[in-house]
Amino acid sequence: MTPVIRAANLTFSYDDGTRALDGVSFELYPGECVALLGANGSGKTTFALHLNGLLTGEGEIEVCGMELSKENLPPIRRKIGMVFQDSDEQLFMPTVLEDVMFGPLNMGLTPDQAGARARTALERVGMAGLEAKAPYHLSAGQKRRVAVAGVLAMNPEILVLDEPTTYLDPPAERDLAVLLRELPQAKILISHDMPFVRALASRAVFFERGRIVAEGCVNEIVERFGWDLQL
Amino acid sequence: MHIPDGFLTPPVWATLDFAGLASVSLLARKARAEVDESRIPLLGVMGAFVFAAQMINFPVGLGTSGHLVGGALLAFILGPAAAAMVMTAILAIQALVFQDGGILALGPNVLNMAFAGVFAGYLPVHFLGGRSRRAALFAGAFLSVMVSALMALSELLISGVRMPAGALWISLALFAVSALLEGVITVAAVEAIGRLQPSWVKSRGGGMRAPALAIIALTAVFLASVGITFASASPDGLEKLIERAGPAGRNLFAAPLAEYQWQGLGGEWMGKAAAGVLGVGFVFVLCIGFARLARSKK
Amino acid sequence: MHHVIVERWSRRRSWMHARDARVKLAALVALIAASATTPPSHWTAALFYGALALAGVLAARLPVHSLLSRAALVLPFSATFAAVNWLAGDPARASALLWKSYLSAFSVLLFVSCTPLADALRALEWCRVPSLLILIAQFLYRYLFVISEQAQHMRLAAQCRAGGNHDWTFRGAAAALSVLFVRSYSRADGIRQAMNARGFAGRFPALAAPRFTWIDGVFGAAAIAACAGVRVMA
Repeated sequence: MTPVIRAANLTFSYDDGTRALDGVSFELYPGECVALLGANGSGKTTFALHLNGLLTGEGEIEVCGMELSKENLPPIRRKIGMVFQDSDEQLFMPTVLEDVMFGPLNMGLTPDQAGARARTALERVGMAGLEAKAPYHLSAGQKRRVAVAGVLAMNPEILVLDEPTTYLDPPAERDLAVLLRELPQAKILISHDMPFVRALASRAVFFERGRIVAEGCVNEIVERFGWDLQL
Repeated sequence: MHIPDGFLTPPVWATLDFAGLASVSLLARKARAEVDESRIPLLGVMGAFVFAAQMINFPVGLGTSGHLVGGALLAFILGPAAAAMVMTAILAIQALVFQDGGILALGPNVLNMAFAGVFAGYLPVHFLGGRSRRAALFAGAFLSVMVSALMALSELLISGVRMPAGALWISLALFAVSALLEGVITVAAVEAIGRLQPSWVKSRGGGMRAPALAIIALTAVFLASVGITFASASPDGLEKLIERAGPAGRNLFAAPLAEYQWQGLGGEWMGKAAAGVLGVGFVFVLCIGFARLARSKK
Repeated sequence: MHHVIVERWSRRRSWMHARDARVKLAALVALIAASATTPPSHWTAALFYGALALAGVLAARLPVHSLLSRAALVLPFSATFAAVNWLAGDPARASALLWKSYLSAFSVLLFVSCTPLADALRALEWCRVPSLLILIAQFLYRYLFVISEQAQHMRLAAQCRAGGNHDWTFRGAAAALSVLFVRSYSRADGIRQAMNARGFAGRFPALAAPRFTWIDGVFGAAAIAACAGVRVMA
């Protein structure tokens, strides 16, 4: 099977000289869900931001057979749906519907087509009927679902979820897990929430100081690094 | 100082609304050319920041406190054209959502605070820049508040709002105090930001170093504002000015509005209003002129 | 917080809420312009304008009492000037300052309480207000809620540590301001990333045009005629 994402030897330093990625190689296969684990600041988010060219360092990235380059950015950003940690940053349009339509409109769809897609996506995440709401009036769980709808409306093949359970109460977290499990896309999941990771991910990689230092099934990695709340 | 509706007379708000609208579309075009569209969220968020920053009270003793107005800070962060746009958006939201400042008075308020205020705040930063950043920021923030307040005061006086000498002096003193406070808060805020992100602050401001030109420019803007305030407070002087301009100029302003007669003042008042509006326009043009001069030297 | 309440009101449903924002804006401007050009001592005209605005509040099914008291926020400022003018021997102007500023604040409050701000901005865009300004205002309003909440939290935290009597020391306030600034700045960065991730192509999509029905037309014509009528009679 060919991977949907192939990253080889990624290296990146921030302006102030801190090395955030140090030779990361990674592959993601269709339909699988891989958890990125590791301490805060170990490079997980920086790595994710490289996948669709929001950050550019050295190394090679291939998404669905396309090499990451300036010309390929629009199709690659269509393939990767990125759900950010802070929903308030992700939902920047005045109403839920307009926000979900933002991606499809950027793809060049007409307002009618984009509206139809947005409604389908909202239905998919169980948020139908909230189209006219302002993001401000949504609960944390609803915001997250709308954010997911916003990327689903672009028909991505890969979902990247950065700390999707932040601010969610347990029922909302469970609902989100159920929703994500039903979605067929390949997923990259960045999270410190081990029950959530265990529920979704089949494989995990462990980041340490900008490198992937281990890879394996979730339980194995958690065990090895003591990555769980055990008193 | 947000002027509510009902304070300005129709010729004054109508003229200034027209001037405000024209300047907004001109500046919007300018800002569009300067600002990449992907930076628009930054402009909006900075506007929201200035808004929210007004909830942070700075104690100044005697049980009172002040807060940031933000014109000079925005100019320092975003540059004058973008800052003026953000300030305009702030004023529009304040008028609509918070009923702070009138709807018909929006044009005057935009001219006073978003344009004159922001440009007056930007001048010192641009001319002094670099090493004397503290002084420049302080002068800019002081001037920004002072010029806006003086323009607002002039507009009120031109509209015939009574201000006995005592009240006028008290307001001027209050303006001076809030302008000083704005200076101190702006400097303190930028210093504090500099402690959090030194590189960010260092990379801003300081277009050119021309202290002499800066001092002339600032004095000119400031004196013009003070002059207009006092001129509008003593209508006799303005009357003479209008007389000198001749009957043609007078009719030009009075004719279309002849139907509207202010009680007891009549045509005399028209002349006063016309002169005052011209004066306010003069300060405004002066600010823009200096800003343009500054840019061409760069 | 005021904007949160206004935002909630604007999302209600009523006959008034359903009207085209452009028509409501035109009616608002007509009312304020009519009252602004009314000579100062015409009390009856003032009462008629007030009645028009009140009718609007009732049609929008908004709490009359709360709107009346919220609009009164403008009064301290107006009253100061009114007092000075009264003492200076111009009672007519003194009263005009009060009723005109209050009427304006009240009708603006009515307008935003029955029109979601996004729709109001759309109406302004339709009136040829530069789209840059509209977009800035749109983002400003969106993040006003988020950032002012942050400021509120910081204030609470400061109050807790100060023992509740006062908010900040001067230095503390400056530090709080800088933290708020840095967070806002990085938030703007986050928004830019989120936009780009969803394929932002350098231009914001145009907003959908509002829909105009004959009821809107009748309402607009009636509102403007009423304002003009009162103005002419005055």
